[in-house]
Amino acid sequence: MLEIKNLHVEVDGKEILHGIDLSLAAGEVHAVMGPNGSGKSTLAYVLAGRDGYAVTKGEILFQGKDLAAMSPEERAREGVFLGFQYPVEIPGVSGLSFLKAAVNEVRKHRGIKELDAMEFLKFVRAKLKMLEMGDDLLKRPINVGFSGGEKKRVEVLQMAVLEPRLAIMDETDSGLDIDALKIVSSGINALRGLDRSMLVITHYQRLLGYVVPDKVHILSGGRIVRSGGKELALELEEKGYAVLGADAA
Amino acid sequence: MASSTVETLQSVIQPYKHGFVTEIENERAPKGLNEDTVRFISAKKGEPEWLLEWRLKAFRYWRDRMLPEGDPTWARVSYPKIDFQDAYYYSAPKTKAAPKSLDEVDPELLKTYEKLGIPLKEQERLQGIAVDAVFDSVSVATTYKAKLGEMGIVFCSFSEAVKSHPELVRRYLGSVVPYSDNFYATLNSAVFSDGSFVYIPPGVRCPMELSTYFRINAAETGQFERTLIVADKGSYVSYLEGCTAPMRDENQLHAAVVELVALDDATIKYSTVQNWYPGDENGKGGIYNFVTKRGACRGANSKISWTQVETGSAITWKYPSCILQGDNSVGEFYSVAVTNNRQQADTGTKMIHMGKNTRSTIVSKGISAGHGQQTYRGLVRVSPKAEGARNHTQCDSLLIGDKCGAHTVPYVEVKNRSAKVEHEATTSKISDDQLFYCRQRGLSAEDSVSMIVNGFCREVLKELPMEFAVEAQKLLGISLEGSVG
Ligand SMILES: Nc1ncnc2c1ncn2[C@@H]1O[C@H](COP(=O)(O)OP(=O)(O)OP(=O)(O)O)[C@@H](O)[C@H]1O
Ligand SMILES: [Mg+2]
Repeated sequence: MLEIKNLHVEVDGKEILHGIDLSLAAGEVHAVMGPNGSGKSTLAYVLAGRDGYAVTKGEILFQGKDLAAMSPEERAREGVFLGFQYPVEIPGVSGLSFLKAAVNEVRKHRGIKELDAMEFLKFVRAKLKMLEMGDDLLKRPINVGFSGGEKKRVEVLQMAVLEPRLAIMDETDSGLDIDALKIVSSGINALRGLDRSMLVITHYQRLLGYVVPDKVHILSGGRIVRSGGKELALELEEKGYAVLGADAA
Repeated sequence: MASSTVETLQSVIQPYKHGFVTEIENERAPKGLNEDTVRFISAKKGEPEWLLEWRLKAFRYWRDRMLPEGDPTWARVSYPKIDFQDAYYYSAPKTKAAPKSLDEVDPELLKTYEKLGIPLKEQERLQGIAVDAVFDSVSVATTYKAKLGEMGIVFCSFSEAVKSHPELVRRYLGSVVPYSDNFYATLNSAVFSDGSFVYIPPGVRCPMELSTYFRINAAETGQFERTLIVADKGSYVSYLEGCTAPMRDENQLHAAVVELVALDDATIKYSTVQNWYPGDENGKGGIYNFVTKRGACRGANSKISWTQVETGSAITWKYPSCILQGDNSVGEFYSVAVTNNRQQADTGTKMIHMGKNTRSTIVSKGISAGHGQQTYRGLVRVSPKAEGARNHTQCDSLLIGDKCGAHTVPYVEVKNRSAKVEHEATTSKISDDQLFYCRQRGLSAEDSVSMIVNGFCREVLKELPMEFAVEAQKLLGISLEGSVG
C-alpha cells in the first residue's frame, strides 16, 4: 500500500527527515512514536503533500504510484487522509457542507455517483451513530470554537465518512477523555480492513491498548531508530525515550 | 502564500462569462451632452412637460454648479479624467413601438437574456420571479405584469410608469435623492433613460420576488437608469437586481439612481448581485459604477434592508443608505464586495437616524485579491431627536495575497446621548493552514478559496433570496479564481 524509501525532507531549507524507510502493507496498522520535534508531523505532512515540505531524496510509493508527484487534493482523492494534530477553523463553513463537498470530490474521482443533500445526510448519520456522536457539531462552522477533544472526534468522523485507503492520524488521541478515547478507538477498529492501512502517530501506549498496531516505529531526530511489534510501545511507556540511548532527541 | 498554491490558482483563471456583445440595431442620441441631449431623450420618451423641466433643472445645476468643480475626488479610487462630451447618453434597441407582450420583443434580445441564464419566456411560465429586463437603459420586457396587476401592484419600466401613473412618479421622484444631490445623481437626473418602477398598495404583500436585470450592450454609451420603489402602508416587497456587460477595452460609465420609499409598517428588501465587467487583469476596460442608492423609512415601523454582492466593475462607488425618519424604523445594510486584479471599490452605507428608537445594522464583508483596493466608508448619524437610536456595525476584511489593500473609514456623528453605537472591525487572511486543510479533504485549490470566502460572507449571503444566494456563491468563486498572488 505505502512504500517509503530513503525519504529526505526539507522545510525552509532545513533537512528535518534524514532517510526514512517504512513499508505499510494493505490492511496493516503501524504506530509512529517519538519525542517532541522528532519529525512525526513532518512525515504526516509530506505524505499528504503540504506546500513547503520538499522531498529532496528518496521516494514515496502509494499503491505503486509516485505520491510526491501529486497535488494534495489528488492524494486525498486517491484515498490519503490526514487527521490533523491541530485542525484548523474555517469560519462560516458548516461541517456538513464541507464534508459533502469533500465526499463528492472523492466520489467524482472514483467515478461513483455524487450524493445529493438527502443521500449525504443519511450516509453521515450512519457514521455519526457508529462514533456515538450527534449532528450538532457538524451543523456548526467547522472546528470554530470546538474543544480540543471535539476537534479530534470530528477528524475521526471525517475519516469514517471519506473512507480512505491510507489514514494518517496525527495525535488523534491527544485531548480525548477516557470515554471518547474508547469510542474513537472502536470507531477506528471498525474501519480497519483489508483494503485500508493506517499510520497512527501517538505519544501514548493508552491508544495502542485499544487500537493494537501490527508494528511500532520510533522516530527520533528525523530517523526511524527502532521498529518492532506492539511490545515496543509498552517498553517505551515503561522506560521512556532513554530506551533509545544516545540517539534520542 | 506558498508559490505552488499561487501557480495552481493562476492556472485556472477564467475569463468573464458574460462578455459577449449582441448584434442589434441601436438608436442613439448624438454624442455629447447639452440641453439638446436632454430634450432629445425626453422627446424620445414622449415625456410630459414637468419631467422635462425637472431634467433641465438638474442639467443646469450640474453644468453650472457641479461640472466646474469636477467629479468628486474624496473616494479612494483613481481613474483618468472622464470627458463627458465624448460619450453617448442615449442608446436604445430599435423597435417600432414598445412591445406589448414578450412575443413582440426582438428575438435577439430574448436570446441575450437566455444566454445570461434569464429566459424571460420561461420566467413568465414558471412560478417565482417577475423580471423587468433593461437592455442598454431601456426596459424590454416585464413578465408577470398581469398577475401582479390584479393585486394593484405596479411593476413596469420607468418610462411606462411616467405615462400610466404620473401622479405617483411625480410625487416620489427626487423625494429621496433630490436632483441636486451629488455629481453623478444630478447627471442621472438630467439624462436617465429608463429603469424600473414599483408601487405596492397598502396592506399588500408582494407574492413574488420582483427582479430587474440590467444589461449594458452598446459601446461608448453611458448608462443612467433610475429605479423608484414605493411601498405603501403595511406592504412588503422583495426586489432583486442583477447586472452584466460585454467586455470592452474602454471604460463605460454607469451612474444609476435608486430611490426607495417605505411608508408606515412597510418593508422593502432590496438585493443586488452586481457583476458588471471588471476589466482585464491589467485593469484595461471595465465599468465605472458610480451609483446613488438611498431609501427613506418615511413611516413609523418601516424597514429597508439593502443586501449587495459586488463582484464586478472596474471601479465601484456606492453607498446604499437609509434615512430613518419614522419612529421605530429599521435600516439594514449587508454587503459583500470583491476586488480582484486592478479593481477598486469604495463602498459602504449611511444610516441617518432621525426618528425615535430607530435601529440600524451594518454588516460589511470586503474581499481583496490581486492588486484590488477596497475601502469601506460608512456614516452613522444620530440626530438630536433620535431618542434611543441603536446601531451595530460589523466590518470585516479578507485579504488574499499581499499586493491588495483594505481600508475602513467609519464616520460616527451622535447628537443624542441615549444612542448606542457599536463598531467592530477585523482584517484577516486566508491562511495556508486553511487552504491545506481543504485540499487535504479533496477540494481543489480554487474550490477551497471559494469555500473559505463563502464562509467568510455567510452572514450576508443568508440575507439573499434563495435563487440569488446560489448564483452569488458561484459568482464569488469565479471572481476570485486565479486570485492568489
Ligand atoms: N518551517 C520550519 N523551519 C524550521 N524547522 C521546522 C519548520 N517546521 C518544522 N520544523 C522543525 O522540524 C522538527 C520536526 O517537527 P514536527 O512537527 O514534525 O515534530 P513532531 O514529531 O510532530 O513533534 P510533536 O510531538 O511535538 O508534535 C522540529 O524540530 C521543528 O521545529
Ligand atoms: Mg506533531
